[in-house]
Amino acid sequence: MTQAPVMKQKLVIVGNGMAPGRMLEKLVEQAPDRYAVTIFNAEPRVNYDRIMLSPVLSGEKTYEQIVIHGDGWYIEHGITLHKGTRVTAIDRAARTVSTDNGLTVPYDKLVIATGSVPFIIPVPGHNLPGVLTYRDLDDVDAMIVAAKSRGQAVVIGGGLLGLEAAAGLAEQGMKVTVVHLMPTLMERQLDPAAGYLLRKAIEDRGIRVLTGANTKAILGEDKVQAVELEDGTRLPADLVVMAIGIRPNGALAKDAGLTVNRGIVVDDQMVTSDPDILALGECVEHRGACYGLVAPLYEMAGVLAKTLMNEPVAYSGSVTATKLKVTGIDLFSAGDFAEAKDREEIVLRDAAQGVYKRLVIKENRIIGAVLYGDTEDGAWFFQKLREGADIADLRDTLIFGQSFAGGTQADPLAAVAALPDDAEICGCNGVCKGKIVTAIQQNKLTDVDGVRKTTKASASCGSCTGLVEKLLALTLGDGFKAVESVAMCGCTDLGHDDVRRLIVAKGLKTIPAVMQELEWKTSCGCHKCRPALNYYLIATWPGEYVDDSQSRFINERVHANIQKDGTYSVVPRMWGGVTTPNELRAIADVADKFNIRTVKVTGGQRIDLLGVKKEDLPAVWADLNAAGMVSGHAYGKALRTVKTCVGTEWCRFGTQDSTGLGIKIERFTWGSWTPAKLKMGVSGCPRNCAEATVKDIGIVCVESGYEIHIGGAAGLHVRQTDLLCKVATEAEVMEYCGALMQMYREQARYLDRIWKWMERIGLDHVRTQIVDDGERRRALFGRFVYSQRFAQSDPWAERTTPAFDREFKPMADLSMLEPA
Amino acid sequence: MDSTATGFEIGDWIKIGVVSDIPARGARVVKTAQGDVAVFRTADDRIYALFDRCPHKAGPLSQGIVQGQTVTCPLHNLVINLATGAAEGEDAGCANRVAVRVEDGRILMSLAAFARRAA
Ligand code: SRM
Ligand SMILES: Cc1cc2nc3c(=O)[nH]c(=O)nc-3n(C[C@H](O)[C@H](O)[C@H](O)COP(=O)(O)OP(=O)(O)OC[C@H]3O[C@@H](n4cnc5c(N)ncnc54)[C@H](O)[C@@H]3O)c2cc1C
Ligand code: SF4
Ligand code: FES
Repeated sequence: MTQAPVMKQKLVIVGNGMAPGRMLEKLVEQAPDRYAVTIFNAEPRVNYDRIMLSPVLSGEKTYEQIVIHGDGWYIEHGITLHKGTRVTAIDRAARTVSTDNGLTVPYDKLVIATGSVPFIIPVPGHNLPGVLTYRDLDDVDAMIVAAKSRGQAVVIGGGLLGLEAAAGLAEQGMKVTVVHLMPTLMERQLDPAAGYLLRKAIEDRGIRVLTGANTKAILGEDKVQAVELEDGTRLPADLVVMAIGIRPNGALAKDAGLTVNRGIVVDDQMVTSDPDILALGECVEHRGACYGLVAPLYEMAGVLAKTLMNEPVAYSGSVTATKLKVTGIDLFSAGDFAEAKDREEIVLRDAAQGVYKRLVIKENRIIGAVLYGDTEDGAWFFQKLREGADIADLRDTLIFGQSFAGGTQADPLAAVAALPDDAEICGCNGVCKGKIVTAIQQNKLTDVDGVRKTTKASASCGSCTGLVEKLLALTLGDGFKAVESVAMCGCTDLGHDDVRRLIVAKGLKTIPAVMQELEWKTSCGCHKCRPALNYYLIATWPGEYVDDSQSRFINERVHANIQKDGTYSVVPRMWGGVTTPNELRAIADVADKFNIRTVKVTGGQRIDLLGVKKEDLPAVWADLNAAGMVSGHAYGKALRTVKTCVGTEWCRFGTQDSTGLGIKIERFTWGSWTPAKLKMGVSGCPRNCAEATVKDIGIVCVESGYEIHIGGAAGLHVRQTDLLCKVATEAEVMEYCGALMQMYREQARYLDRIWKWMERIGLDHVRTQIVDDGERRRALFGRFVYSQRFAQSDPWAERTTPAFDREFKPMADLSMLEPA
Repeated sequence: MDSTATGFEIGDWIKIGVVSDIPARGARVVKTAQGDVAVFRTADDRIYALFDRCPHKAGPLSQGIVQGQTVTCPLHNLVINLATGAAEGEDAGCANRVAVRVEDGRILMSLAAFARRAA
């Protein structure tokens, strides 16, 4: 046995977490005799692997299995460990620390490693029994006990900790709801595309996920009973876990007069503002950064040990990577994954496997990575990222990972291959995938025409032609060359029709879902595809799809038309072009009150108020609403106007009440979103003063009834309508108009007006569906009526509520900050 | 001008709000004596600021559609890079940038751009 040096220096450590644990390993290995070590730990236990608490919670591991240093280790190395003892003060002048059980211990060197404390949102009820945080073994034990009830748990926070807690509690048999403030889960580590996949996987475990949800209060008498959200929802709860974030624990250091910002400030040697006091772990702030993961803490541990041995090395900060430890969910994220002009992204999606990978490259170096579903190459990418390795030579195959050996490119047919046999391909004739594939095989079909003749698929509106071609390609292999459909935009190879059909066939209900399942090549789309997808989803899932206002052109987002000077114009609806003195008075008052410079009669038989400031829009609308007026959608890919003439009410030639009918049609169809703008007109006789024969849908009244015309336009392209049919009653006019609009809404490509869609599929086909087939017409009409239930709420009235403030109010006003 | 006289608490930077004040893939406006500044938030919560004037015909960029790291001008569809202010692709022109940074969820805007112009 070697003789210990006469005067061992006294090293005192506050906190016995993972960071000082690693530091001590280095110290006892490299300088075993230098210090007499004393450690205080507020937790009544040895050093354990905190990051493995989640497997303990889910029952996959026991506490014993996650202990890092057992009691024996401390004895073996001559380290004095005070378990369950909290250091309450540091006396820097006397160089001692004192504890909550009355000890006063001197130090030569002091290390602070107090970790961090969980954030608690101070809502009413936050300190009720049954409300826990997720930080240490006591929390886990309490959760396991609570879970024995098999009751309901609410986890507040959809970040790493919250989701691990939720998965663990679900594993223990509780019914779990995750309440998350942001729109996507783990938004700090994941982009929305990966967030979508994660949400799906979490929900697949029977865990309910509420995003965009703000907790208002925790309810209960002497124990937690429910969580109440801002929108009034009440979630019954026997257990509430708050996992919304952590705060570096710098209180002790601050009381001792050390420099503490967000965390305890240390230099590159891990020394605080007092040369004899060092710090490491989650409690520190180094070069402005605080860390919440172990990898950087371990790097700090190595540096701090060297400093204690008087060997100069420097810590220069860390790049971190995140993994989620929920069995069966593979997710990895590292670095900076925002886009910028000097960056490129490489995206790989495999919808069938639920894989999403995205690398962000800058100057031939990886600077960020998000991987979902297949994270095997995470470490490899991360290494390249940290090294700043030049990837120019690997670029083409980089995304396929380390083991890539000349494999295949992403498969453009994958989305269609992955469809189940009963997925409907042709909506018009109700033909599913299985039937088409069987027909191709049995009848040895080789082209679309053959499929049309045999199965009727693609024989009607033709919007599924692209899919039928892909099925031919899949079934026949190389033997078939599909005519490439024109892609929607650079983000996808699929055309509009394919996307529309696949949204229905695969039941896709959000924009991230479409982008993942149809393997979009970008992470969040572009200004071309996003508005189109938003429309397709609204038209396909009325009442279910939540409109994404950020995917709308500004006019539709604020329900007014942007003008060349950045002001807006406001056009109230004037049903059928008829107004009243009261409405006119209200319009005049609004124009005066808000200094509206131009009041103009539009070409659509109503009045336009031009030059309204954006901030004034809500107030302008409120006044117009008060007088009973609603938005005219003069800006929308939506129903615009129904122009009328005076008809039998006044005109000596009038054959029917064209004004009354126009008003009825407008009241029935307003609010409907359509692929492009939709205008209608009703003329009282063939003199056609309402110009009905250049409208998308025009009605011309005659003695014996009503002619229904479609496909007119009078803008860039002037086109006279085609006569669709003649009907006898107003009720029929309504049914035909509704059915026609619905058919157009369901089949047309975004931004195609009716005439374009009609010329593509043929007037005959429209006639077959709407005129000849009464059952189909009534079904279309029924779907139109259903979707109108969700469409006819005045957007102006909605937007004058405080929830919309942030769209209209400036965020801050700094104009007074300037010299005069 | 002595900035403290305005009642604002400033160094070189001034707090203009918090990240969640801006919708993701959206923008809000900050009024200044030199005109509006558009503050953008991307899908992955990056914050950028540009003077709210498109280099083409002064369209209000704050009203455009935000995708990735770019915004499409609402008037004639110029695509502007948020980080550099420059128009993407074939288009020319550059919107003026204003430095912003985020600290603990708070958005701070640099006053340098205003000071220099005012001087
Ligand atoms: C206000 C108005 C002009 C007026 O002062 O009368 C007008 C104004 C605009 N029209 Fe129009 N159109 C107006 C009636 C018309 C008409 C006449 C009609 O509806 O009977 C037509 C021809 C009929 C037709 O649509 O077929 C018409 C054909 C167009 C077109 C060409 C459409 C086409 O398919 O070729 C465009 C361009 C577009 O939509 O892409 C257009 C686009 C526009 C836009 C939205 C340009 C734009 O994108 O900013 C203008 C918006 C100004 C604003 O902020 O209000 N406007 N526009 C009329 C509003 C009608 C209303 O009450 O809603
Ligand atoms: C459930 C969970 C899962 C995690 N998963 C991961 C993961 O997958 N990957 C990853 O990298 N990181 C993960 N982390 C984070 C990781 O555990 C921490 O970064 C790491 O444990 C921090 O180590 P530390 O030594 O700085 O602090 P801690 O481990 O928090 O240790 C601080 C200790 O100091 C004690 N203490 C505080 N004040 C005093 C005082 N005045 N006197 C005496 N003792 C005191 C505390 O009781 C505590 O025991 C996870 C954390 C949790 C809670
Ligand atoms: S005709 Fe041209 S200038 Fe006139 S309102 Fe229509 S789009 Fe504008
Ligand atoms: S003003 Fe921006 S594109 Fe014309």
